[in-house]
Amino acid sequence: MAMTNEESPRAAAGNGRIFDLEVSALYYDKFKAVRDVVLTMERRTVTALIGPSGCGKSTVLRCLNRMNDLKRTFRLEGRICYRGKDIYAKSIDPVALRRTIGMVFQKPNPFAMSIYQNVAYGLRLNGYRGNRSEKVEQALRAAALWEEVKDKLHASALALSGGQQQRLCIARSIATEPDVLLMDEPTSAIDPIATQKIEDLMRELKKKFTIAIVTHDLQQARRIADKTAFFYVDTAEGDRTGYLVEFGETQDLFEKPKQKHTQDYIRGVFS
Amino acid sequence: MSETTTSLPPSSSEEEGLAFLDRSLARPRTLFDLCMSGLCGLFSLAAAVPLFSVLFMLAWRGGARISVALFTELPPAAGMEGGGIGNAIVGSLLVVLIASVISVPIGILGGFFLAEIDPESRTAALVRFGAKMLTGLPSILAGVFAYTAVVLLTGRFSPLAGGVALALLMLPIIMLTTEEAVRSVGSEVKEGAVAMGATQTQVVWHVLFPTALPGILTGVLLALSRGAGETAPLLFTMTFSDYWLSRNPMEPTASLAVLIFNFSKSPFENQKAVAWAASLVLVLIVLTLTIGGQALSRRTATSRSVA
Repeated sequence: MAMTNEESPRAAAGNGRIFDLEVSALYYDKFKAVRDVVLTMERRTVTALIGPSGCGKSTVLRCLNRMNDLKRTFRLEGRICYRGKDIYAKSIDPVALRRTIGMVFQKPNPFAMSIYQNVAYGLRLNGYRGNRSEKVEQALRAAALWEEVKDKLHASALALSGGQQQRLCIARSIATEPDVLLMDEPTSAIDPIATQKIEDLMRELKKKFTIAIVTHDLQQARRIADKTAFFYVDTAEGDRTGYLVEFGETQDLFEKPKQKHTQDYIRGVFS
Repeated sequence: MSETTTSLPPSSSEEEGLAFLDRSLARPRTLFDLCMSGLCGLFSLAAAVPLFSVLFMLAWRGGARISVALFTELPPAAGMEGGGIGNAIVGSLLVVLIASVISVPIGILGGFFLAEIDPESRTAALVRFGAKMLTGLPSILAGVFAYTAVVLLTGRFSPLAGGVALALLMLPIIMLTTEEAVRSVGSEVKEGAVAMGATQTQVVWHVLFPTALPGILTGVLLALSRGAGETAPLLFTMTFSDYWLSRNPMEPTASLAVLIFNFSKSPFENQKAVAWAASLVLVLIVLTLTIGGQALSRRTATSRSVA
Protein backbone atom coordinates (compact mmCIF):
# COMPACT_ATOMS: atom_id res chain seq x y z
CA MET A 1 0.00 0.00 0.00
CA ALA A 2 1.21 3.43 -0.85
CA MET A 3 -0.25 5.22 2.10
CA THR A 4 -0.85 4.27 5.66
CA ASN A 5 -3.35 6.12 7.75
CA GLU A 6 -0.96 8.30 9.72
CA GLU A 7 0.65 9.53 6.50
CA SER A 8 -2.59 10.29 4.74
CA PRO A 9 -2.42 13.81 3.37
CA ARG A 10 -6.06 14.44 4.16
CA ALA A 11 -5.55 13.57 7.82
CA ALA A 12 -2.69 16.06 7.96
CA ALA A 13 -4.71 18.81 6.31
CA GLY A 14 -3.88 21.94 8.19
CA ASN A 15 -4.40 25.48 7.08
CA GLY A 16 -5.48 24.64 3.54
CA ARG A 17 -2.10 25.32 2.01
CA ILE A 18 -1.27 22.54 -0.37
CA PHE A 19 2.03 23.70 -1.78
CA ASP A 20 4.67 26.08 -0.48
CA LEU A 21 7.50 26.67 -2.93
CA GLU A 22 10.69 28.39 -1.87
CA VAL A 23 12.95 27.46 -4.73
CA SER A 24 16.21 29.30 -5.18
CA ALA A 25 17.30 27.33 -8.25
CA LEU A 26 16.58 24.27 -10.42
CA TYR A 27 19.47 22.76 -12.35
CA TYR A 28 19.89 20.26 -15.16
CA ASP A 29 23.50 19.30 -14.65
CA LYS A 30 25.23 22.71 -14.68
CA PHE A 31 22.47 24.53 -16.51
CA LYS A 32 20.36 26.68 -14.23
CA ALA A 33 16.87 26.35 -15.68
CA VAL A 34 14.84 28.27 -13.12
CA ARG A 35 15.61 30.62 -10.23
CA ASP A 36 13.72 32.40 -7.47
CA VAL A 37 10.27 30.90 -7.31
CA VAL A 38 8.28 31.62 -4.19
CA LEU A 39 4.60 30.85 -4.29
CA THR A 40 1.84 29.00 -2.51
CA MET A 41 -1.12 27.00 -3.72
CA GLU A 42 -4.30 26.84 -1.69
CA ARG A 43 -6.65 23.93 -1.32
CA ARG A 44 -9.37 23.64 -3.97
CA THR A 45 -8.10 26.44 -6.12
CA VAL A 46 -6.75 26.56 -9.63
CA THR A 47 -3.29 28.04 -9.99
CA ALA A 48 -2.10 28.84 -13.50
CA LEU A 49 1.55 29.07 -14.48
CA ILE A 50 2.02 31.26 -17.56
CA GLY A 51 4.89 32.80 -19.47
CA PRO A 52 6.86 32.57 -22.72
CA SER A 53 8.48 29.33 -23.92
CA GLY A 54 11.57 28.38 -21.97
CA CYS A 55 10.61 30.29 -18.85
CA GLY A 56 10.59 27.13 -16.75
CA LYS A 57 6.91 26.91 -15.92
CA SER A 58 6.68 23.23 -16.90
CA THR A 59 9.88 22.48 -15.01
CA VAL A 60 8.37 23.98 -11.88
CA LEU A 61 5.13 22.02 -12.36
CA ARG A 62 7.09 18.80 -12.77
CA CYS A 63 8.79 19.40 -9.44
CA LEU A 64 5.51 19.13 -7.62
CA ASN A 65 5.22 15.37 -8.19
CA ARG A 66 8.95 14.84 -8.65
CA MET A 67 8.64 13.92 -12.32
CA ASN A 68 11.97 15.65 -12.79
CA ASP A 69 13.54 12.70 -11.01
CA LEU A 70 13.40 10.95 -14.40
CA LYS A 71 16.12 13.30 -15.56
CA ARG A 72 19.17 12.01 -13.80
CA THR A 73 21.00 15.33 -13.72
CA PHE A 74 18.15 17.30 -12.16
CA ARG A 75 18.90 19.15 -8.93
CA LEU A 76 16.84 21.44 -6.75
CA GLU A 77 18.05 24.16 -4.40
CA GLY A 78 15.43 25.28 -1.96
CA ARG A 79 12.32 23.65 -0.60
CA ILE A 80 8.99 22.47 -1.93
CA CYS A 81 6.55 21.60 0.79
CA TYR A 82 3.40 19.62 0.23
CA ARG A 83 1.05 20.15 3.17
CA GLY A 84 4.03 21.28 5.20
CA LYS A 85 6.24 18.32 4.33
CA ASP A 86 9.40 18.83 2.27
CA ILE A 87 8.89 16.52 -0.70
CA TYR A 88 12.57 16.65 -1.68
CA ALA A 89 13.63 15.34 1.72
CA LYS A 90 15.52 12.03 1.62
CA SER A 91 12.78 10.23 3.53
CA ILE A 92 10.15 10.89 0.84
CA ASP A 93 9.07 8.06 -1.48
CA PRO A 94 8.34 9.71 -4.84
CA VAL A 95 6.12 6.80 -5.90
CA ALA A 96 3.83 7.38 -2.89
CA LEU A 97 3.85 11.12 -3.61
CA ARG A 98 2.77 10.57 -7.23
CA ARG A 99 -0.11 8.39 -6.12
CA THR A 100 -1.60 11.34 -4.32
CA ILE A 101 -0.71 13.95 -6.93
CA GLY A 102 -2.14 13.18 -10.35
CA MET A 103 -0.81 14.57 -13.61
CA VAL A 104 -2.22 15.25 -17.08
CA PHE A 105 0.20 15.90 -19.91
CA GLN A 106 0.31 18.09 -22.98
CA LYS A 107 -0.01 15.19 -25.38
CA PRO A 108 -2.76 12.71 -24.50
CA ASN A 109 -0.92 9.57 -23.42
CA PRO A 110 -3.38 6.73 -22.81
CA PHE A 111 -1.81 3.32 -22.33
CA ALA A 112 -2.22 0.74 -25.09
CA MET A 113 -5.01 -0.92 -23.11
CA SER A 114 -8.79 -0.76 -23.12
CA ILE A 115 -10.62 2.36 -21.97
CA TYR A 116 -11.68 0.54 -18.81
CA GLN A 117 -8.18 -0.69 -18.02
CA ASN A 118 -6.76 2.79 -18.49
CA VAL A 119 -9.05 4.24 -15.86
CA ALA A 120 -8.66 1.26 -13.55
CA TYR A 121 -4.87 1.39 -13.82
CA GLY A 122 -4.36 3.58 -10.77
CA LEU A 123 -6.78 1.44 -8.76
CA ARG A 124 -4.78 -1.60 -9.79
CA LEU A 125 -1.54 0.06 -8.71
CA ASN A 126 -3.03 0.93 -5.35
CA GLY A 127 -4.38 -2.57 -4.88
CA TYR A 128 -7.91 -1.17 -4.59
CA ARG A 129 -10.19 -4.02 -3.53
CA GLY A 130 -13.60 -2.38 -3.71
CA ASN A 131 -15.92 -2.12 -6.68
CA ARG A 132 -13.59 -1.10 -9.47
CA SER A 133 -16.29 -0.80 -12.13
CA GLU A 134 -18.10 1.73 -9.97
CA LYS A 135 -14.95 3.79 -9.52
CA VAL A 136 -14.24 3.65 -13.25
CA GLU A 137 -17.74 4.86 -14.07
CA GLN A 138 -17.48 7.66 -11.50
CA ALA A 139 -14.17 8.83 -12.92
CA LEU A 140 -15.43 8.71 -16.50
CA ARG A 141 -18.54 10.64 -15.52
CA ALA A 142 -16.44 13.21 -13.68
CA ALA A 143 -14.31 13.59 -16.79
CA ALA A 144 -17.46 14.09 -18.90
CA LEU A 145 -16.60 11.10 -21.04
CA TRP A 146 -18.99 8.44 -19.75
CA GLU A 147 -21.78 9.01 -22.24
CA GLU A 148 -19.37 8.75 -25.17
CA VAL A 149 -17.63 5.55 -24.11
CA LYS A 150 -20.05 3.60 -21.91
CA ASP A 151 -20.84 1.16 -24.73
CA LYS A 152 -17.22 0.50 -25.67
CA LEU A 153 -15.39 0.34 -22.37
CA HIS A 154 -13.35 -2.59 -23.56
CA ALA A 155 -12.31 -1.06 -26.87
CA SER A 156 -8.76 0.21 -27.20
CA ALA A 157 -8.19 3.66 -25.75
CA LEU A 158 -6.02 4.47 -28.74
CA ALA A 159 -9.10 4.47 -30.99
CA LEU A 160 -10.55 7.55 -29.25
CA SER A 161 -10.15 11.05 -30.67
CA GLY A 162 -7.49 13.35 -29.25
CA GLY A 163 -9.94 15.28 -27.09
CA GLN A 164 -11.52 12.08 -25.81
CA GLN A 165 -8.09 10.64 -25.07
CA GLN A 166 -7.24 13.71 -23.03
CA ARG A 167 -10.45 13.42 -21.02
CA LEU A 168 -9.65 9.73 -20.56
CA CYS A 169 -6.25 10.73 -19.16
CA ILE A 170 -8.03 13.07 -16.77
CA ALA A 171 -10.38 10.26 -15.75
CA ARG A 172 -7.38 8.01 -15.25
CA SER A 173 -5.76 10.61 -12.99
CA ILE A 174 -8.82 11.28 -10.86
CA ALA A 175 -10.00 7.68 -10.49
CA THR A 176 -7.75 7.21 -7.47
CA GLU A 177 -9.05 10.46 -5.98
CA PRO A 178 -5.72 12.22 -5.74
CA ASP A 179 -5.31 15.34 -3.66
CA VAL A 180 -3.83 17.51 -6.39
CA LEU A 181 -4.09 17.49 -10.17
CA LEU A 182 -1.17 18.85 -12.17
CA MET A 183 -1.94 19.76 -15.78
CA ASP A 184 0.85 20.52 -18.23
CA GLU A 185 -0.74 22.43 -21.14
CA PRO A 186 -3.64 19.96 -21.20
CA THR A 187 -5.48 21.62 -24.08
CA SER A 188 -2.65 22.72 -26.36
CA ALA A 189 -2.87 19.59 -28.53
CA ILE A 190 -6.65 19.46 -28.93
CA ASP A 191 -9.37 21.36 -30.74
CA PRO A 192 -11.39 24.29 -29.32
CA ILE A 193 -14.56 22.33 -28.62
CA ALA A 194 -12.70 19.68 -26.65
CA THR A 195 -10.80 22.49 -24.92
CA GLN A 196 -14.10 24.03 -23.87
CA LYS A 197 -15.18 20.70 -22.40
CA ILE A 198 -11.96 20.34 -20.46
CA GLU A 199 -12.18 23.87 -19.09
CA ASP A 200 -15.73 23.21 -17.89
CA LEU A 201 -14.39 20.06 -16.36
CA MET A 202 -11.66 21.91 -14.49
CA ARG A 203 -14.19 24.24 -12.92
CA GLU A 204 -16.07 21.17 -11.73
CA LEU A 205 -12.95 19.32 -10.55
CA LYS A 206 -11.82 22.32 -8.54
CA LYS A 207 -14.60 21.59 -6.05
CA LYS A 208 -12.77 18.43 -5.04
CA PHE A 209 -9.16 18.82 -6.09
CA THR A 210 -6.41 21.38 -6.01
CA ILE A 211 -5.31 22.10 -9.55
CA ALA A 212 -2.08 23.53 -10.94
CA ILE A 213 -2.05 24.16 -14.67
CA VAL A 214 0.62 25.29 -17.10
CA THR A 215 -0.87 27.02 -20.11
CA HIS A 216 0.23 29.04 -23.11
CA ASP A 217 -3.28 30.36 -23.53
CA LEU A 218 -3.58 33.51 -21.43
CA GLN A 219 -7.32 33.68 -21.93
CA GLN A 220 -7.56 30.18 -20.55
CA ALA A 221 -5.66 31.20 -17.43
CA ARG A 222 -7.95 34.14 -17.08
CA ARG A 223 -11.06 31.99 -17.48
CA ILE A 224 -10.23 29.23 -15.04
CA ALA A 225 -7.46 30.21 -12.62
CA ASP A 226 -7.95 31.73 -9.19
CA LYS A 227 -4.31 32.65 -8.96
CA THR A 228 -1.77 33.11 -11.68
CA ALA A 229 2.02 33.00 -11.63
CA PHE A 230 3.83 34.78 -14.45
CA PHE A 231 7.28 33.45 -15.37
CA TYR A 232 9.71 35.14 -17.68
CA VAL A 233 13.09 34.50 -19.24
CA ASP A 234 15.48 37.25 -20.33
CA THR A 235 16.88 35.85 -23.53
CA ALA A 236 18.06 39.27 -24.63
CA GLU A 237 20.88 39.25 -22.10
CA GLY A 238 22.01 35.77 -23.08
CA ASP A 239 20.49 34.44 -19.89
CA ARG A 240 18.23 31.43 -20.30
CA THR A 241 17.24 31.04 -16.68
CA GLY A 242 13.54 31.47 -16.10
CA TYR A 243 12.18 33.10 -12.97
CA LEU A 244 8.94 34.05 -11.29
CA VAL A 245 8.07 37.65 -12.06
CA GLU A 246 4.73 38.06 -10.44
CA PHE A 247 2.24 35.95 -8.56
CA GLY A 248 -1.22 36.96 -7.40
CA GLU A 249 -4.96 36.82 -7.92
CA THR A 250 -5.65 36.20 -11.59
CA GLN A 251 -7.82 39.27 -11.94
CA ASP A 252 -5.22 41.56 -10.38
CA LEU A 253 -2.44 40.10 -12.45
CA PHE A 254 -4.29 40.62 -15.71
CA GLU A 255 -5.90 43.97 -14.93
CA LYS A 256 -3.26 45.75 -12.90
CA PRO A 257 0.05 43.94 -13.22
CA LYS A 258 2.73 45.36 -10.98
CA GLN A 259 5.74 44.40 -13.05
CA LYS A 260 6.67 45.83 -16.42
CA HIS A 261 7.44 42.40 -17.92
CA THR A 262 3.99 41.19 -16.96
CA GLN A 263 2.37 44.26 -18.49
CA ASP A 264 4.33 43.88 -21.72
CA TYR A 265 3.62 40.18 -22.03
CA ILE A 266 -0.10 40.47 -21.38
CA ARG A 267 -0.49 43.50 -23.58
CA GLY A 268 1.66 41.96 -26.31
CA VAL A 269 -0.48 38.90 -26.47
CA PHE A 270 -3.76 40.75 -26.34
CA SER A 271 -3.09 43.61 -28.71
CA MET B 1 -6.18 45.85 -74.34
CA SER B 2 -5.36 45.34 -70.72
CA GLU B 3 -8.28 42.96 -70.48
CA THR B 4 -7.00 40.66 -73.19
CA THR B 5 -3.51 40.40 -71.75
CA THR B 6 -4.82 39.17 -68.43
CA SER B 7 -7.43 36.74 -69.67
CA LEU B 8 -5.61 35.18 -72.62
CA PRO B 9 -2.82 32.60 -72.33
CA PRO B 10 0.69 34.07 -72.30
CA SER B 11 1.86 35.45 -75.63
CA SER B 12 4.35 33.46 -77.71
CA SER B 13 7.26 35.61 -76.65
CA GLU B 14 6.57 34.84 -73.01
CA GLU B 15 6.35 31.14 -73.75
CA GLU B 16 9.76 31.16 -75.35
CA GLY B 17 11.14 32.74 -72.23
CA LEU B 18 9.73 29.88 -70.15
CA ALA B 19 11.11 27.08 -72.33
CA PHE B 20 13.63 26.26 -69.60
CA LEU B 21 10.76 24.84 -67.59
CA ASP B 22 10.18 22.04 -70.10
CA ARG B 23 11.57 18.60 -69.34
CA SER B 24 14.38 17.78 -71.75
CA LEU B 25 16.74 14.81 -71.94
CA ALA B 26 19.19 16.96 -73.83
CA ARG B 27 20.09 18.63 -70.58
CA PRO B 28 23.10 16.79 -69.03
CA ARG B 29 21.81 16.86 -65.49
CA THR B 30 18.48 15.31 -66.48
CA LEU B 31 20.21 12.58 -68.46
CA PHE B 32 22.68 11.89 -65.63
CA ASP B 33 19.83 11.74 -63.12
CA LEU B 34 17.92 9.26 -65.26
CA CYS B 35 20.98 7.05 -65.73
CA MET B 36 21.77 6.98 -62.03
CA SER B 37 18.20 6.08 -61.11
CA GLY B 38 18.28 3.28 -63.66
CA LEU B 39 21.58 2.02 -62.30
CA CYS B 40 20.26 1.96 -58.75
CA GLY B 41 17.24 -0.02 -59.87
CA LEU B 42 19.41 -2.48 -61.78
CA PHE B 43 21.77 -3.07 -58.85
CA SER B 44 18.99 -3.56 -56.36
CA LEU B 45 17.49 -6.15 -58.71
CA ALA B 46 20.89 -7.81 -58.86
CA ALA B 47 20.86 -8.07 -55.06
CA ALA B 48 17.61 -10.02 -55.21
CA VAL B 49 18.95 -12.48 -57.81
CA PRO B 50 20.94 -14.68 -55.37
CA LEU B 51 17.99 -15.13 -53.02
CA PHE B 52 15.60 -16.14 -55.75
CA SER B 53 18.10 -18.33 -57.56
CA VAL B 54 18.82 -20.17 -54.30
CA LEU B 55 15.11 -20.63 -53.67
CA PHE B 56 14.55 -21.77 -57.23
CA MET B 57 17.40 -24.23 -57.16
CA LEU B 58 16.33 -25.68 -53.80
CA ALA B 59 12.76 -26.07 -54.94
CA TRP B 60 13.93 -27.72 -58.15
CA ARG B 61 16.52 -30.11 -56.66
CA GLY B 62 14.92 -30.68 -53.27
CA GLY B 63 11.23 -30.36 -54.02
CA ALA B 64 10.97 -33.83 -55.54
CA ARG B 65 11.92 -35.48 -52.26
CA ILE B 66 9.31 -33.66 -50.16
CA SER B 67 7.02 -36.41 -48.81
CA VAL B 68 5.70 -37.77 -45.55
CA ALA B 69 8.62 -40.20 -45.40
CA LEU B 70 11.07 -37.31 -45.45
CA PHE B 71 9.70 -36.08 -42.14
CA THR B 72 9.23 -39.45 -40.44
CA GLU B 73 12.20 -41.58 -41.43
CA LEU B 74 15.84 -41.74 -40.39
CA PRO B 75 18.63 -40.60 -42.74
CA PRO B 76 19.60 -43.25 -45.32
CA ALA B 77 22.87 -45.08 -44.73
CA ALA B 78 25.50 -45.09 -47.47
CA GLY B 79 24.23 -46.84 -50.57
CA MET B 80 20.67 -47.23 -49.23
CA GLU B 81 17.56 -45.91 -50.94
CA GLY B 82 14.77 -43.80 -49.39
CA GLY B 83 15.09 -42.39 -45.89
CA GLY B 84 14.29 -39.01 -44.39
CA ILE B 85 15.42 -36.30 -42.05
CA GLY B 86 13.06 -36.82 -39.12
CA ASN B 87 15.72 -37.04 -36.44
CA ALA B 88 17.53 -34.00 -37.82
CA ILE B 89 14.37 -31.88 -37.68
CA VAL B 90 13.74 -32.98 -34.09
CA GLY B 91 17.38 -32.35 -33.19
CA SER B 92 17.36 -28.89 -34.77
CA LEU B 93 14.18 -27.97 -32.92
CA LEU B 94 15.62 -29.26 -29.64
CA VAL B 95 18.90 -27.40 -29.92
CA VAL B 96 17.19 -24.15 -30.92
CA LEU B 97 14.79 -24.61 -28.00
CA ILE B 98 17.68 -25.06 -25.57
CA ALA B 99 19.42 -22.02 -27.04
CA SER B 100 16.21 -19.98 -26.66
CA VAL B 101 15.70 -21.02 -23.05
CA ILE B 102 19.18 -19.67 -22.34
CA SER B 103 19.23 -16.56 -24.53
CA VAL B 104 15.66 -15.22 -24.52
CA PRO B 105 15.32 -14.40 -20.80
CA ILE B 106 18.86 -13.05 -20.52
CA GLY B 107 18.50 -11.09 -23.74
CA ILE B 108 15.15 -9.52 -22.88
CA LEU B 109 16.00 -8.62 -19.29
CA GLY B 110 19.40 -7.35 -20.39
CA GLY B 111 17.76 -5.28 -23.10
CA PHE B 112 15.46 -3.71 -20.52
CA PHE B 113 18.45 -2.90 -18.37
CA LEU B 114 20.20 -1.21 -21.29
CA ALA B 115 17.13 0.75 -22.38
CA GLU B 116 15.44 1.60 -19.15
CA ILE B 117 16.84 0.50 -15.80
CA ASP B 118 20.23 2.15 -15.97
CA PRO B 119 21.02 3.13 -19.57
CA GLU B 120 23.83 5.55 -18.83
CA SER B 121 25.72 3.44 -16.32
CA ARG B 122 29.16 1.97 -16.93
CA THR B 123 27.69 -1.50 -16.66
CA ALA B 124 25.29 -0.70 -19.49
CA ALA B 125 28.06 0.77 -21.63
CA LEU B 126 30.17 -2.33 -21.07
CA VAL B 127 27.31 -4.76 -21.77
CA ARG B 128 26.24 -2.85 -24.88
CA PHE B 129 29.80 -2.89 -26.17
CA GLY B 130 30.07 -6.59 -25.42
CA ALA B 131 26.79 -7.36 -27.18
CA LYS B 132 27.85 -5.42 -30.28
CA MET B 133 31.15 -7.27 -30.37
CA LEU B 134 29.32 -10.56 -29.93
CA THR B 135 27.11 -9.91 -32.98
CA GLY B 136 30.29 -9.98 -35.05
CA LEU B 137 31.57 -13.17 -33.43
CA PRO B 138 32.39 -15.78 -36.10
CA SER B 139 30.03 -18.66 -35.43
CA ILE B 140 32.85 -21.18 -35.46
CA LEU B 141 34.30 -19.45 -32.40
CA ALA B 142 30.99 -19.84 -30.60
CA GLY B 143 31.34 -23.56 -31.34
CA VAL B 144 34.91 -23.68 -30.05
CA PHE B 145 33.83 -21.84 -26.91
CA ALA B 146 30.95 -24.22 -26.21
CA TYR B 147 33.25 -27.15 -26.97
CA THR B 148 35.66 -25.97 -24.30
CA ALA B 149 33.07 -24.85 -21.82
CA VAL B 150 30.54 -27.68 -22.11
CA VAL B 151 31.80 -30.64 -24.16
CA LEU B 152 35.12 -30.92 -22.36
CA LEU B 153 33.45 -30.32 -19.02
CA THR B 154 30.66 -32.89 -19.44
CA GLY B 155 32.82 -35.26 -21.44
CA ARG B 156 30.32 -35.66 -24.29
CA PHE B 157 28.83 -34.03 -27.35
CA SER B 158 25.25 -33.01 -26.64
CA PRO B 159 22.38 -30.70 -27.65
CA LEU B 160 23.13 -28.81 -24.43
CA ALA B 161 26.57 -27.88 -25.77
CA GLY B 162 25.01 -26.99 -29.13
CA GLY B 163 22.40 -24.89 -27.36
CA VAL B 164 25.07 -22.95 -25.47
CA ALA B 165 26.92 -22.27 -28.72
CA LEU B 166 23.78 -21.06 -30.51
CA ALA B 167 22.69 -19.04 -27.45
CA LEU B 168 25.96 -17.14 -27.70
CA LEU B 169 25.02 -16.10 -31.23
CA MET B 170 21.37 -15.36 -30.46
CA LEU B 171 21.88 -13.42 -27.23
CA PRO B 172 23.25 -10.16 -28.68
CA ILE B 173 20.56 -10.04 -31.37
CA ILE B 174 17.80 -10.40 -28.78
CA MET B 175 19.37 -7.98 -26.34
CA LEU B 176 20.03 -5.20 -28.84
CA THR B 177 16.64 -5.44 -30.58
CA THR B 178 14.92 -5.43 -27.17
CA GLU B 179 16.85 -2.31 -26.21
CA GLU B 180 15.81 -0.66 -29.47
CA ALA B 181 12.16 -1.71 -29.08
CA VAL B 182 11.95 -0.45 -25.49
CA ARG B 183 13.62 2.83 -26.38
CA SER B 184 11.14 3.41 -29.17
CA VAL B 185 8.20 3.38 -26.75
CA GLY B 186 7.20 7.02 -26.49
CA SER B 187 8.36 8.77 -23.35
CA GLU B 188 4.85 10.24 -22.98
CA VAL B 189 3.34 6.85 -22.20
CA LYS B 190 6.12 6.02 -19.79
CA GLU B 191 5.73 9.36 -18.03
CA GLY B 192 2.01 8.71 -17.77
CA ALA B 193 2.65 5.53 -15.81
CA VAL B 194 5.31 7.15 -13.63
CA ALA B 195 2.94 10.01 -12.85
CA MET B 196 0.27 7.49 -11.81
CA GLY B 197 2.69 6.31 -9.14
CA ALA B 198 3.97 3.17 -10.82
CA THR B 199 7.30 1.83 -9.60
CA GLN B 200 10.03 1.18 -12.13
CA THR B 201 9.18 -2.51 -12.23
CA GLN B 202 5.50 -1.68 -12.76
CA VAL B 203 6.35 0.75 -15.55
CA VAL B 204 8.38 -1.97 -17.24
CA TRP B 205 5.81 -4.76 -16.92
CA HIS B 206 2.57 -2.82 -17.35
CA VAL B 207 3.54 -0.36 -20.04
CA LEU B 208 6.94 -0.83 -21.66
CA PHE B 209 6.85 -4.59 -22.08
CA PRO B 210 3.40 -4.85 -23.71
CA THR B 211 4.09 -1.87 -25.97
CA ALA B 212 7.52 -3.11 -27.01
CA LEU B 213 6.46 -6.75 -27.31
CA PRO B 214 6.10 -6.92 -31.12
CA GLY B 215 9.56 -5.40 -31.51
CA ILE B 216 11.01 -7.81 -28.97
CA LEU B 217 9.40 -10.79 -30.72
CA THR B 218 10.88 -9.60 -33.99
CA GLY B 219 14.31 -9.78 -32.42
CA VAL B 220 13.62 -13.22 -30.98
CA LEU B 221 12.45 -14.55 -34.36
CA LEU B 222 15.47 -13.11 -36.14
CA ALA B 223 17.71 -14.71 -33.54
CA LEU B 224 15.88 -18.04 -33.94
CA SER B 225 16.35 -17.98 -37.68
CA ARG B 226 20.03 -17.22 -37.21
CA GLY B 227 20.37 -20.06 -34.72
CA ALA B 228 18.45 -22.59 -36.82
CA GLY B 229 20.73 -22.14 -39.79
CA GLU B 230 24.11 -22.34 -38.05
CA THR B 231 26.32 -25.32 -38.86
CA ALA B 232 29.84 -24.69 -37.63
CA PRO B 233 29.01 -24.38 -33.92
CA LEU B 234 27.06 -27.65 -34.04
CA LEU B 235 29.91 -29.58 -35.69
CA PHE B 236 31.95 -28.89 -32.58
CA THR B 237 29.26 -29.47 -30.03
CA MET B 238 26.71 -32.09 -30.96
CA THR B 239 28.21 -33.65 -34.09
CA PHE B 240 25.65 -35.96 -35.70
CA SER B 241 23.66 -39.08 -35.04
CA ASP B 242 21.93 -41.49 -37.39
CA TYR B 243 19.34 -42.37 -34.77
CA TRP B 244 16.36 -40.83 -33.07
CA LEU B 245 16.88 -38.82 -29.94
CA SER B 246 17.12 -41.24 -27.02
CA ARG B 247 15.79 -40.68 -23.54
CA ASN B 248 19.18 -39.44 -22.48
CA PRO B 249 19.64 -36.25 -24.45
CA MET B 250 23.28 -35.84 -23.43
CA GLU B 251 24.43 -37.60 -26.59
CA PRO B 252 25.51 -36.63 -30.08
CA THR B 253 22.37 -35.47 -31.87
CA ALA B 254 21.40 -34.87 -35.47
CA SER B 255 20.55 -31.45 -36.87
CA LEU B 256 19.45 -30.23 -40.29
CA ALA B 257 22.51 -28.07 -40.80
CA VAL B 258 25.01 -30.83 -40.03
CA LEU B 259 23.00 -33.33 -42.06
CA ILE B 260 23.26 -31.04 -45.07
CA PHE B 261 26.97 -30.58 -44.42
CA ASN B 262 27.60 -34.34 -44.21
CA PHE B 263 25.37 -35.55 -47.03
CA SER B 264 26.34 -32.91 -49.54
CA LYS B 265 29.88 -34.33 -49.49
CA SER B 266 28.54 -37.86 -49.97
CA PRO B 267 29.29 -39.80 -53.16
CA PHE B 268 25.85 -41.43 -53.03
CA GLU B 269 23.08 -39.88 -55.11
CA ASN B 270 20.37 -40.71 -52.58
CA GLN B 271 22.18 -38.96 -49.73
CA LYS B 272 22.77 -35.93 -51.97
CA ALA B 273 19.07 -35.79 -52.79
CA VAL B 274 18.22 -35.92 -49.09
CA ALA B 275 20.67 -33.05 -48.49
CA TRP B 276 18.84 -30.98 -51.11
CA ALA B 277 15.47 -31.73 -49.52
CA ALA B 278 16.82 -30.90 -46.05
CA SER B 279 18.18 -27.60 -47.41
CA LEU B 280 14.77 -26.73 -48.76
CA VAL B 281 13.13 -27.53 -45.41
CA LEU B 282 15.73 -25.48 -43.52
CA VAL B 283 15.37 -22.49 -45.83
CA LEU B 284 11.59 -22.63 -45.53
CA ILE B 285 11.84 -22.66 -41.72
CA VAL B 286 14.26 -19.73 -41.68
CA LEU B 287 12.23 -17.81 -44.25
CA THR B 288 9.04 -18.29 -42.24
CA LEU B 289 10.72 -16.97 -39.11
CA THR B 290 12.20 -13.98 -40.92
CA ILE B 291 8.96 -13.05 -42.64
CA GLY B 292 7.10 -13.50 -39.36
CA GLY B 293 9.58 -11.18 -37.68
CA GLN B 294 9.16 -8.55 -40.37
CA ALA B 295 5.37 -8.73 -40.20
CA LEU B 296 5.57 -8.17 -36.45
CA SER B 297 7.90 -5.21 -36.76
CA ARG B 298 5.61 -3.67 -39.38
CA ARG B 299 2.74 -4.06 -36.96
CA THR B 300 4.76 -2.26 -34.28
CA ALA B 301 5.46 0.56 -36.68
CA THR B 302 1.81 1.04 -37.60
CA SER B 303 0.51 0.78 -34.04
CA ARG B 304 3.07 3.39 -33.04
CA SER B 305 1.94 5.78 -35.74
CA VAL B 306 -1.68 5.32 -34.67
CA ALA B 307 -0.77 6.11 -31.07
